[in-house]
Amino acid sequence: MTTNTMLRWGLYGILILFALFYLMPLFVMLTTSLKSLEEIRTGSLLALPRAITFQPWLEAWSSACAGTQCEGLRPFFWNSVLMAVPAVAISTVIGAINGYVFAQWRFRGANLFFAAILFGCFIPFQVVLMPMARMLGLMGLAGTIPGLIFVHVIYGIGFTTLFFRNYYVTIPQELVRAARVDGAGFFRIFFAIFLPLSLPIITVSVIWQFTQIWNDFLFGVSFSGAGSQPVTVALNNIVNSTTGVKAYNVDMAAAIIAALPTLFVYVVAGKYFIRGLTAGSVKG
Amino acid sequence: MEWLERNVPKLVLAPSFVAILVFVYGFIGWTAWVSLTKSKLMPRYEIDGFGQYGRLVASPRWDVAMDNLFIFGALFIVISMVVGLMLAIFLDQQIRSEGVLRTIYLYPMALSLIVTGTSWKWILNPGLGIQEMVRGWGFESFTFDWLIRPEMAIYTVVIAAVWQASGFVMALFLAGLRSVDTEIIRAAQVDGIPTHRIYTAIIIPTMAPIFLSAFIVLAHLAIKAFDLVIALTNGGPGYATDLPATYMYAMAFSRGDLGQAAASAMIMMMVIFAIVVPYLYSELRPRRDH
Repeated sequence: MTTNTMLRWGLYGILILFALFYLMPLFVMLTTSLKSLEEIRTGSLLALPRAITFQPWLEAWSSACAGTQCEGLRPFFWNSVLMAVPAVAISTVIGAINGYVFAQWRFRGANLFFAAILFGCFIPFQVVLMPMARMLGLMGLAGTIPGLIFVHVIYGIGFTTLFFRNYYVTIPQELVRAARVDGAGFFRIFFAIFLPLSLPIITVSVIWQFTQIWNDFLFGVSFSGAGSQPVTVALNNIVNSTTGVKAYNVDMAAAIIAALPTLFVYVVAGKYFIRGLTAGSVKG
Repeated sequence: MEWLERNVPKLVLAPSFVAILVFVYGFIGWTAWVSLTKSKLMPRYEIDGFGQYGRLVASPRWDVAMDNLFIFGALFIVISMVVGLMLAIFLDQQIRSEGVLRTIYLYPMALSLIVTGTSWKWILNPGLGIQEMVRGWGFESFTFDWLIRPEMAIYTVVIAAVWQASGFVMALFLAGLRSVDTEIIRAAQVDGIPTHRIYTAIIIPTMAPIFLSAFIVLAHLAIKAFDLVIALTNGGPGYATDLPATYMYAMAFSRGDLGQAAASAMIMMMVIFAIVVPYLYSELRPRRDH
């Protein structure tokens, strides 16, 4: 064997080893969720289940206890859906319009305002948690899903504006000028020229926002009440629930259920997911 | 009417402007103000000076949280960058099924940190996890109980965080490698320069902006790390794995010490701004290439 082929084998060996490292937790979660507690106690972490059981999945979905509430993840899963769908839609629409203005309708002070929005993307949310809790109370939205939607929209428009602005900047300004000469107004130009070109960036924005909001824990745990907790908060409560025997298989099933929507999005639209991730960090 | 038409763009931006002004900058102002008062369970608004910051510095728990931030942050950033760069360079060697490998490396980034934490908590628990498995293979004295050892638990957070984010760094670097001018590389190859020299002398130096981006993103993730610690160790054992984010949360929502919460949040923000502001400044400078 030549040195070159040996190097090649080594290369593939290392790459596959890392692939196994990244897959291992998912594999362990999946196999553990299909084992009985008895098998978990006697078997090995990486062993395949001897007798597959779906009982833990049923329990995780509809009867596991999160704190004192024993209805499984189901109600919280729907809370997350009810929270994420409007929040994603609203923040994307606002981001599109904002980005359109920043890219094509420059005015004095626009740069400064854009910089102010960008800083808003980077603040640690801890710095707004307490006043936001009070504000939601004043608005009568404390502990409600509309309250969470509001919070996610407010702190999401920074990124969505950034996405759309960086995308629309690449559309030649001559196009807008020509349309204005023809008598088209602000909204007309947006709907007739920009919106039809926007499908890729809308996809990026929707996926980014959905992943962020679905996976959020900090806002969920700070601002939700007993009936409005999102799925991440409920998952954490189920795992830390102290009532009864520690059901690891149920914990793992619950973790996979909570992860499924974003995993699904990643699998079907990974390209756009990666574009969203890198859009914020690489020059647009 | 004409005025309206001329000002439509500004009017459209106005709601966002007000929202950002109030909910970002106004709220930061509120927190900054409260951090200078004697607020406890309820906010008080008489300025008292820097007493809260003094208490913070004197608090052993905050001390642990800051130490942890530096240990965790440094290891997380360095290891993620090394692993990410290595995987990117390896994947750049005309690897078959590169797409599949890339997908596998990056999927953790799509997961909630609560899911990641839950999963690693199970894998790392000494009773039934890796330790027990290796013992089952016949290595009776094998010990891997970092999760429950106060002085080691923070490293389990590093493991889980690297697992989550290193694939993302790989994607950043891979995009960077692919954007290097192929002409230069070909010229170097023609001149007989060995591959590793091409990487260290030509390709990696041109990727300096990507190193900076990766650093910023990772540092930002490290300082904001909250979910992962809550799910993996819940700050424990004791408060051994507290980070500033969990400290702040504990003060604000379970200890009822708004002054401490505000002061710790302000410190977090200053740490982030010390890192991000120079970066954003360089990003926002008018570019010459357009």
